[in-house]
Amino acid sequence: MRYLPLTDTDRSAMLAKVGASSIDDLFVDVPEEARLSGPIAGLPMHASEMAVEKHMRALSKKNLAAADAPFFLGAGAYRHHVPASVDHIIQRGEFLTAYTPYQPEIAQGTLQMLFEFQTQVARLYGCEVANASMYDGSTACWEAVAMAARITKRDRVVLSGALHPHYAEVVKTMAKFTKDEIADAQPSIQPEADLEGLIARIDETTSCVVVQYPDILGRISDLSAIAEAAHAKGALLIAVNTEPVALGAIKSPGELGADIVVGEGQSIGVGLQFGGPYLGLFAVRDKKHVRQMPGRLCGETVDAEGKRGFVLTLSTREQHIRREKATSNICTNSGLCALAFSVHLSLLGEKGLRQLAAENHRLACLTADRLARVPGVSVLNANFFNEFTVTLGQDARVVVRKLAARGVLAGVSLGRLFPGVEALANAMVVATTETTTEEDIEALGAALEEVLS
Amino acid sequence: MARYFTDEHEWIDLEGDLATVGITDYAQGQLGDIVFVELPEVGKMVEKGGEAAVVESVKAASDVYAPITGEVMEANAALEDDPALVNTSPEEDGWFFRMTVADKSELDGLMDAKAYKAFCDAL
Repeated sequence: MRYLPLTDTDRSAMLAKVGASSIDDLFVDVPEEARLSGPIAGLPMHASEMAVEKHMRALSKKNLAAADAPFFLGAGAYRHHVPASVDHIIQRGEFLTAYTPYQPEIAQGTLQMLFEFQTQVARLYGCEVANASMYDGSTACWEAVAMAARITKRDRVVLSGALHPHYAEVVKTMAKFTKDEIADAQPSIQPEADLEGLIARIDETTSCVVVQYPDILGRISDLSAIAEAAHAKGALLIAVNTEPVALGAIKSPGELGADIVVGEGQSIGVGLQFGGPYLGLFAVRDKKHVRQMPGRLCGETVDAEGKRGFVLTLSTREQHIRREKATSNICTNSGLCALAFSVHLSLLGEKGLRQLAAENHRLACLTADRLARVPGVSVLNANFFNEFTVTLGQDARVVVRKLAARGVLAGVSLGRLFPGVEALANAMVVATTETTTEEDIEALGAALEEVLS
Repeated sequence: MARYFTDEHEWIDLEGDLATVGITDYAQGQLGDIVFVELPEVGKMVEKGGEAAVVESVKAASDVYAPITGEVMEANAALEDDPALVNTSPEEDGWFFRMTVADKSELDGLMDAKAYKAFCDAL
C-alpha cells in the first residue's frame, strides 16, 4: 500500500467501480437535514491558535463535568477513581511495543500483559478462557450472540428486558445483517427481575438468552435458574456485566452457569473519557468453545531454549487468516485500555477489589436510605450493588434537568434510556462509587426534596 | 473398493453405497501440522462442491469440500482428540467423514490414483 494521497483519477475510478457519480453520493443514507451543505454559521474560517484556545476554554466552562458536582450517573459508565500510578505505569517503555503484536520476539511486554489481562478477566467472570478484549461492552455483547448462533446453529435470540437498551440496540443493528431474529423486551418496574417471564420465552429454537447482571435497574438475580432453563432447551446463557467492580462483591456469572460472559471494563483503570474509548471484556466458561470465540487470544508457551514466553494463538479463527469465515471481523483489541485495566486491577489485588466493592456498596446503601426519606421518592430494588432505581411520582427527565440546574448530576432517567415508554418515565437509576462523599449524598437528598416539593 | 481423487485434493473410497472422504497425503504435506478438524454433523446434507469440513493447520484454515452430493452418515471422532492423524495417516486412519452417494454419475469426472499423481506432479 502506498501512503500517498489519492489523485482525482484514482477517485473517479473508484466511484465508477461502485456506481457512484460523486463522493456526496456515498452519504445519501445520512438524512438531508443532518448533512453539512456549507460553512458552519458563526464559525470563522480562520483564527489564531491563541484565539481558538481562549474560545474553547470559555466553551468548556459551560460544562458541568463529572468531577465538579455531586455525581450519581451510571447506567453503563461509572466514575471511579483511577490512581495516578496507572497512568504512569501504562506509559512505560516495556509496553510501547507494536500495537499489533504479531512478532512475539519484539512484543513480549504487550503479550505478557495481555496474557495477564486475560487471566484477570477469566477469574473475575468465573470463566476458563477470556480473550484479549473487544471494542466495548455492547459490541462484546453482539459478538457473544453471534458466537452462540455458531455453537447452537440456531438463530433466535431472547434479550432480557433488563438488558441495557443501548446494548440491545447494538445487537439489533448487527442482526440486520445476519439471520438472527432478536426478541427484545422492556424492564418491568418491580423490586426483582421477572425471571419466570424470561424463562417462559426460551424454547427449542432459542440460540441464547442475554441477561444483564446486575441489570439495568441495578437488580441482582441468581442466574442459575435461567442457566438451567436455557441449557434444558439447548440454548446458551449470555451474561452481560457493565460494572466489573460489582464482581468484587457478588458471585461471578460463570459460577452461576453463564456460558458466555461479556461486559464493559471501563470502571477499572479507564475512566469516563467522554464516553470512549472503552474496553469490551469477553470470556467463555468452558474452554471447549474456544474455537468459536471472536478476537485475539494470547497464550503462554516456551521458546526454543525452553524459556517462558507469550504469543498470539488460535489465530486461524481470525479475519487476517480465515477471511470471511472468521469468527468475527474484529482483528484487534483495545490494547491500551486493557493495559490500564490490568494495571489498575493488579494494583488493587483481590483484597483491594473486595474492599473497593464493599465501599461502593456502603455508599449506595447510604444514598438509598437518604433518598427513601425524600417525600415522593421510593427505592424500587429488593437488592443492589452500587446502583439502584428510584421512582419519583413524576417525569424523571424533568427532575434530572432541574437538579442539574441546581448543580447536582442526579442519575439517569429511564425516560432517557427508554424514550416513549410511559410506564418507565417516572423512574431514575442512581449510581454511587467510592468517589461519592457523604456531602454529595446530602446534596442530592436536599436538592431532590426541593425539586419534588 | 474403488478410490477416487478430486482436484481439491480429497480422496473418496466407495464401498457399496457409502463413500469415505479424506484429504490426500499431498494436501496434508502442503498444510503442515494439522491442529484442528471441524467435522460435519451426522445427518447433514452436503452438495458436491459445498463446504463439508474445515481443516486447520498452524499455517491456515482451509475448507474441505464435499466431493459428491449425499448425506453425512459418520464423522471420524478420532480426529477430535488427535487431529495429527491427518498428517500421520491421511489416506487411512485420518479419514474425515462417511457419506451416502446420491448420484453415482458424479464420480465419473473424478481421477484415479494414477491420474491424481500426474495432476500433483504437474503442480
